[in-house]
Amino acid sequence: MDLPITITLMDIRAIVPELTLICVGLIIMLLDLVVKKKDLVALAGIAGTVLALFGTYKLYGVTDTQFVFSNMFVLDGYANFFKVIFYINLILTICISIKYMEIEKSSFGEYYALLLFATSGMMIMASAADLIVLYLGLELMALSTYILTGLMRKQPRSNEAAIKYFFLGAFSSAFLLYGISLTYGMTGTTNIKEIAFAISTLGIADNPIMYLGLIFMIVAFSFKVALAPFHMWAPDVYEGAPTSITAFMSVGPKAAGFAVMGRILMGAFGDMQAQWVTVLIPLAVLTMATGSIIALSQTNIKRMLAYSSIAHAGYILLGIIAGTPEGLTASVNYLMIYTFMNIGAFAIVIMLRSKGFQGENLDDYKGLAKSHPVAAALMLIFMFSLAGIPPTAGFIGKFYVFMELIGSGYTPLAIIAIIFSAISAFFYLRIVVYMYMKDAEQEIVLTQSPTMNIALAVTSVMVLVLGIFPSFLLYFVRYSIMGY
Amino acid sequence: MTLQQIYFGYFATMMTIISLLVVSRKNPVHSVLWMLVLFVHMAGLYLFLNAEFLAAVQIIVYAGAIMVLFLFVIMLLNLRKEEKEFRLQKQWPVSAVTAVLFLVVLVSILGKITVLPELGEYSIDMINAQGSLMTIGNVLYTKYLLPFEIASVLLLVAIVGAVVLAKKRIE
Amino acid sequence: MSAAEMIGIFIETLIVVSILMLHVSYVVYFERKVIGHMQCRMGPMRVGWHGLLQPIADAIKLFFKEDIIPSQADKPIFYVAPLIGVLAALGSVAVIPMWEGFSIANLNIGILYILALSSVGSYAVILGGWASNSKYSFLGGLRSAAQVISYEIAMGLSLVGVMLMSGSANLSDIVHAQAGHWFIFTQPVAFFVFVIAIFAETNRVPFDMPEAETELVAGYATEYSGIRFGLFFMAEYAGMFVMSAFAVTCFLGGWSGPAFLPGFVWFILKVYAFIFLYFWIRATLPRYRYDQLMGLGWKLFIPLALANVVFTALMKIL
Repeated sequence: MDLPITITLMDIRAIVPELTLICVGLIIMLLDLVVKKKDLVALAGIAGTVLALFGTYKLYGVTDTQFVFSNMFVLDGYANFFKVIFYINLILTICISIKYMEIEKSSFGEYYALLLFATSGMMIMASAADLIVLYLGLELMALSTYILTGLMRKQPRSNEAAIKYFFLGAFSSAFLLYGISLTYGMTGTTNIKEIAFAISTLGIADNPIMYLGLIFMIVAFSFKVALAPFHMWAPDVYEGAPTSITAFMSVGPKAAGFAVMGRILMGAFGDMQAQWVTVLIPLAVLTMATGSIIALSQTNIKRMLAYSSIAHAGYILLGIIAGTPEGLTASVNYLMIYTFMNIGAFAIVIMLRSKGFQGENLDDYKGLAKSHPVAAALMLIFMFSLAGIPPTAGFIGKFYVFMELIGSGYTPLAIIAIIFSAISAFFYLRIVVYMYMKDAEQEIVLTQSPTMNIALAVTSVMVLVLGIFPSFLLYFVRYSIMGY
Repeated sequence: MTLQQIYFGYFATMMTIISLLVVSRKNPVHSVLWMLVLFVHMAGLYLFLNAEFLAAVQIIVYAGAIMVLFLFVIMLLNLRKEEKEFRLQKQWPVSAVTAVLFLVVLVSILGKITVLPELGEYSIDMINAQGSLMTIGNVLYTKYLLPFEIASVLLLVAIVGAVVLAKKRIE
Repeated sequence: MSAAEMIGIFIETLIVVSILMLHVSYVVYFERKVIGHMQCRMGPMRVGWHGLLQPIADAIKLFFKEDIIPSQADKPIFYVAPLIGVLAALGSVAVIPMWEGFSIANLNIGILYILALSSVGSYAVILGGWASNSKYSFLGGLRSAAQVISYEIAMGLSLVGVMLMSGSANLSDIVHAQAGHWFIFTQPVAFFVFVIAIFAETNRVPFDMPEAETELVAGYATEYSGIRFGLFFMAEYAGMFVMSAFAVTCFLGGWSGPAFLPGFVWFILKVYAFIFLYFWIRATLPRYRYDQLMGLGWKLFIPLALANVVFTALMKIL
């Protein structure tokens, strides 16, 4: 019997960036067998990412929104923009991890391969036009990050983090699947566009089963982006994971989670906006409150940044709550800025780690300005940016989100967000105070490497440039999301 | 009551009872065994839905491979001590309340199920004419090709992960 | 389905199972004779003419022996384990086509059905070994678990080649597809892997680690006695019979053969020839070491079977 061949060259072309990353990941694993110096393997990873970036660039704008693989996979500006975030995240992560993984004695070739696989999973999530593809992309991303979290096998806290992350992640996957199956049962399809169509034609927007399915999916995504009250895993996992992986997963999975949230909520459940907004608002408030307030009492910088990233997830969520394309633009803009400032901050944390010295306590930052003025100045920039103080990019990100929120009529919510933002400034600035106004308790040796310096230069320059000339990025985001 | 209803009723009731047995047994090996019985019933339910291929795969994959691995690990761990201890965690009242609430929600939406106006293209007659193996193969390699391939990468990552985390490193 | 049809199938099943049981008991006799002669002995000679009634005497003996259950055993599982083994082995017979147009159930997923039941059958050994609460039994059970999982993959993969060649998983269709030439000639690698995998799957020499008498007394069956031991014994030989029939169906053209003999006779002849192979190997080869067995399975047979699948699929397209 003859099979209907439905795959065309155009279909393959659309997934070239993903294919590139996966192939380079496989090559890296083979390379790992013959190459003893892991720097080369890492560079191969960066080269592969640049190649994929080039692929995305070629696909950018050339085509309008395009559905391939029997409408399973969508190629549009929205997805492409998120892919750019993932590439930046991946390259910066590789840059900051080369030296660090050597110090941790966990410099394996598989480390870089898994980073690439995780990123390809995120890209699949961003481009998913079908809930099945979305789920598989999510699992690809999640599985890779579980493994990366537990990579420091000799350290109990790394193992603990991996196990916790795995169990809670599996739990959230169950929620996602339950939500998908309920939605499928009611609409008869897993395709995002067809779900939206079915909801409007069948008139089931008010049906409690749809509502339950929607809530389950939101719960699952909340796990992934660490929204309170589903954030319980984040501090432990962020603390236990290798710091470079903490940087990676405080940005990548979060961005991917928001990418699918934006697509699902606005694409598939657009008719149920009233319903999901009522779910998201308490989530956002709780998230900002938890992140900002609990971070105050942290003494470990990785835990503190974990709570900080929880709070940031709350701010990003606000743009989606606004429910307009402009709101989404603000959120995506924020995500891009967040990528630079968060990885920058983690890069400094990594620099403090040297042989025999953890450098994760806040006290370790005392007097850093005297011994290492440049590192302290960079940390100052990142902390200001995370706190949202002008002229850094963090201010711009928050500013646009709050503007759109007020524009959509959620003024009280915006005021709450500003209050929590002010609270959060306290713990960011505490580090600055430690660095500049306290005396050092011990000699700190910074671990430097060329790639690390490049990463720091890029992130700090971007944080400042985007803070002073924000319109460029915003225009770029708007242009990307335009067709969405 | 038709034969179908009796058939479904049997499987649904038994699966519920067996699931309770799985979680309530003190001896983990007994739990695994009840799980095995549960899988067989699940396969029966698939047969009832004319999905013979899924039924066979259910047995081969779950009963034949995954549960054997479970048994293997449980036997190696030798959990005799655990059998005597109280098996519930301290926070069980909270879990119980959550579970009951969840049950209430699920039961309350039971009546809201609407039947779709039209069914999909894969009717039982069509699948029977073609054979379920052939139908699944055709769909999997055309319409669902992309998810299928992503799943293969996913499995590769799982293998790599198992090796990375468990293999002895020469240092 | 009408009641008459159901009763018909029931009677059919009863006949096939009882004939099978008879065969199983005489397979044991056959084995003792073959190995006896290979070792220049006579084998059983006392009961009946040339010991022909020996299997019946054995069965009667096992029936009337005391059924001992160790005091620390997990009783329900101890009882159930041998039954699972027998049921799984007998159930597999249902889909095997014995002559043109005859099999109790002509399933579209015949191959998968047999694979499923054989994996269920491994529970008998694992559980029997665990429930006995004895070190020897337990080790036997564990070994069997690892062995069966490992070799099932190779076995399934080797059959993919057959399914690709015949375009079906229905065993009757597979026999029909071998009308031109048997798959043993077109799929020699698959046949090789399959034969070795079923030796491991049925725990036969040289892969009889689960019941290695020199190390583990009698492995998983150490604590069993009387009729329960008999059931294990029966399950093993029935499993051997079924796997031989399976191999004959998939690789040796099933019931087909020159027309001077009816299909059923050809089928039985081939099955016995295959069973003879079992005995021949048992009398010839020493036992494998356990870690070597696992290494062989994972590092050689699974890649080999995979390569065969890829090769066959390529040949199919080109």
